[in-house]
Amino acid sequence: MSSQVLARLRAQRLTRIAAAVLAAIVLASLLVPWLSPYDSYTPDFALLSHPPMLAGAHVLGTDPLGRDLLVRVMWGCRISLAIGVVATLMSVLIGVSWGAIAGYAGGTTDQLMMRVVDVLYSVPFVPFVIVLTVLFGRGLWLIFLAIGAVSWLDIARIVRGQTLSLKQREFIEAARIAGVHGIGMIRRHIVPNLLGIVAVYATLTIPAVILFEALLSFLGMGVQSPMASLGSLVADGASDMQSHPHLLIVPAAFLTAIIYAFNYLGDGLRKALDPRGQP
Amino acid sequence: MNSPSSAEPLLQLQDVSVAYRTASGAAVPVVRGVNLQLAPGEILGLAGESGSGKTQLLLSIIGLNGQHAQLTGSVRYRGQELLGRPIAELNRVRGARIATVFQDPATALNPYLPIGRQLSEVLRFHGGVPGRLARERACELLEAVQVADPHRRLQQYPHELSGGMRQRVVIAMALMASPEILLADEPTTALDVTVQSQILRLLLQLRERHGIAMVLVSHDMGVIAGLADRVAVMYAGRIVEQAGIDALFEQPQHPYSEALQRCVPSLAGPLPQRLPSIPGAPPDPAALAPGCAFAPRCAYRLALCEQRLPELREAGPGHWKACHYDQPLGRLRGELT
Amino acid sequence: MSAVQPELLRVTGLSVSYRLHEAGRRAALLHAVRDVSFELAGGQTLGIVGESGSGKSSIARALLRLVPASSGQACFDGQDLLQLRGAPLQRMRRSLQLIFQDPLASLDPRMSAEETVSEPLRVFEPALSAAERSARARVMLEAVGLSERYLPRLPHELSGGQAQRIAIARALILRPRLLFCDEPLSSLDVSIKSQIGNLLMQLQAQLGLSMVFISHDLAAVRFACSRVLVLYLGRVMELADRDALFSAARHPYTRALLQSAPLPDPRLARRRPAGTLGGEIPSPLAPPSGCVFRTRCAHAIDRCAAQIPALRRVGGSLVACHRAEEIAPY
Repeated sequence: MSSQVLARLRAQRLTRIAAAVLAAIVLASLLVPWLSPYDSYTPDFALLSHPPMLAGAHVLGTDPLGRDLLVRVMWGCRISLAIGVVATLMSVLIGVSWGAIAGYAGGTTDQLMMRVVDVLYSVPFVPFVIVLTVLFGRGLWLIFLAIGAVSWLDIARIVRGQTLSLKQREFIEAARIAGVHGIGMIRRHIVPNLLGIVAVYATLTIPAVILFEALLSFLGMGVQSPMASLGSLVADGASDMQSHPHLLIVPAAFLTAIIYAFNYLGDGLRKALDPRGQP
Repeated sequence: MNSPSSAEPLLQLQDVSVAYRTASGAAVPVVRGVNLQLAPGEILGLAGESGSGKTQLLLSIIGLNGQHAQLTGSVRYRGQELLGRPIAELNRVRGARIATVFQDPATALNPYLPIGRQLSEVLRFHGGVPGRLARERACELLEAVQVADPHRRLQQYPHELSGGMRQRVVIAMALMASPEILLADEPTTALDVTVQSQILRLLLQLRERHGIAMVLVSHDMGVIAGLADRVAVMYAGRIVEQAGIDALFEQPQHPYSEALQRCVPSLAGPLPQRLPSIPGAPPDPAALAPGCAFAPRCAYRLALCEQRLPELREAGPGHWKACHYDQPLGRLRGELT
Repeated sequence: MSAVQPELLRVTGLSVSYRLHEAGRRAALLHAVRDVSFELAGGQTLGIVGESGSGKSSIARALLRLVPASSGQACFDGQDLLQLRGAPLQRMRRSLQLIFQDPLASLDPRMSAEETVSEPLRVFEPALSAAERSARARVMLEAVGLSERYLPRLPHELSGGQAQRIAIARALILRPRLLFCDEPLSSLDVSIKSQIGNLLMQLQAQLGLSMVFISHDLAAVRFACSRVLVLYLGRVMELADRDALFSAARHPYTRALLQSAPLPDPRLARRRPAGTLGGEIPSPLAPPSGCVFRTRCAHAIDRCAAQIPALRRVGGSLVACHRAEEIAPY
């Protein structure tokens, strides 16, 4: 089946473009800082906030401290992508386990577990992060904690719904008769048959996480200088928007490209897995 | 090709082929060069297993094969060519002159509309008949299909009816515009056995009282035996035998027909230790070998069979077979397992 | 058929009810199976025949503990199947197995044939190494007529007949004593039905299996079974030896079933008396009082509405009909 899915994925033009764009950005974010003569933190007081000089030394210009914007943005991509992928992986692990166990167990266990999800869902995100900041101070850990606490909820709900419908399928009955039950059933039969939909939602969670982080940085609670994520770069650039627009446009462009690419990829994956679904 | 027994045949199919375009561009043939005729008031059975192409053949009569299908050949209804006609013209024939009944009544009926609405809709679409008259006719037809208390039923929704009742409504819907031909694809397969025999008797009565001709597709030889006048047995997209119903069961001429009959267990008579069966499985239409498609499974196979496709030839009056083997069958009866 | 062996399974008074919840109403109770009793000896095949709503699938599922039974006993190997819990229940699964109607649906779409067939080994013989499991899976596949080429195949790469063979291999790999077959041939093509039917009979003889063959196809039941149980709306109508049932059926419903079954011979079909059963099967939510079949029975009298007929011996068969002695057998 995977070869059919791959074939269908390849057939969709938008998905191919999205995959290519992502691959290019990932590659660039890895290679450019390595190849560039500039690093992301050494200031150059001679060239402060210089607009892009495409043919010159600083291809995309410099930031207010004279640091090469291209390299900073590439580092920003690395950080944003890393946060996106790692936080999503965490939330997938938690969300799938939670949802599958709740869905398979059913009854009171299911009700209790999903009520926990409901309660967490209703917690307003920003005040929650502020509270965490007060309690634990700022830092990369805070970001993972905050995002991790929130982004597994959607996946848990979806997985629980899928588990409920999977439970009715005949092969699950057949496995029960063969003696499989409990965690074994979840591990061997439920989760593998969920992977398709989980893959789709994971791909769509990554951009959501990246945006979360961007929001946090924009509010000043994200990564701290001199480290930069796309979000913090956008935040910095926004304050200088009128006089030095390139400081906002460049990181925003990359952020947008990444988000769009993941969304199209996720959508294409969804269509490839279920060709009879809605266009 | 059969010569018409009386006047012009109601339906005439000549060299009809249906192929499906796959994603890779190849064309998979599901119906290959079929010739058929239907006389007025006649019930023609199309027998075969899955993959035989019988449903696709039925659908090709009124162009319901879907957008990826390629149809060639000729389908004439009363002399008029139907194949390749634009949808608007076909729609005037569909439902009005040629109606269909499919296997699953649940999908043929709109779950959100009451029965009466769905029945009258047929007439309003096909004749601009006003609501009240259409409802009266709907009532008449519900009675004709033996639905008790038809007035009350008109207000009911499909989910309030049992399976057998729903199929009767579907049949009534098919009859609303007084069609000449009824195309039925496994109309009783989804029903219980006691209800099935009621529906089959009903179909026979409809032919007796209203002279409706039918093309009945079924994998169940018992259903065909109870209803059809003539049978065409299909295998791998082609007709391998065509005969009157008695002739086919008494003296099948094609090894496949013979084997099919023998592998069905009977309700009376001696019980075999092992059921005769046909070794192997029906072929994949995407990978058909040259020659006769049944050859790999055939107990009577000759060397010629795998090389040359046998044509449909007359083997007796009104009895056609597509087979190279010329002797009467049954000689190997004891060895067929 | 092997010599009659001691009794393997004795079911007494089995009842299965489902609670149906509808929004805004009180839960309705659907009695799928009412007071069903039968015995099965070792090596024997019992056919359970019925139409929709008869409860035939629920009997198998209740005995296999997939759904709860509301009352009754099922004595198997000295234990009551319906009372088992925990470890004994798990152990029981080695001895009782089931084959489903839709073979492709009964296989995990993501597991290869080998993984599916060897799964019971993983559960019940965890000490086996992967290689040993693989070897036993290969042997089972051969036993059901599939070469080892099929080991890595996924369900969507299998035909209906092949998938059913895999399902049979999985069911039999632990050498169960009793095999339930829930319409095992119904979704298969005619030419494949007889292959799989033969396979089941052959394996039964080889392994000394007892079978419960659930089907609406009377001809298949006649071929495969030595005794037949006829169900209608959850109750037993008739329980008889095969020959007695098919040549001298005593219950009006059995006769109606035999008369309605399509005959693959037009001359016989024409000669058959046109005694089609009228009406529809009543809803299991509102079964008729007294004898559940009375609403469609040509022989119904007042007593049939007042009193549920008991299953009693008439001739050599067990019949649940007040008028069984008066009605001539079919």
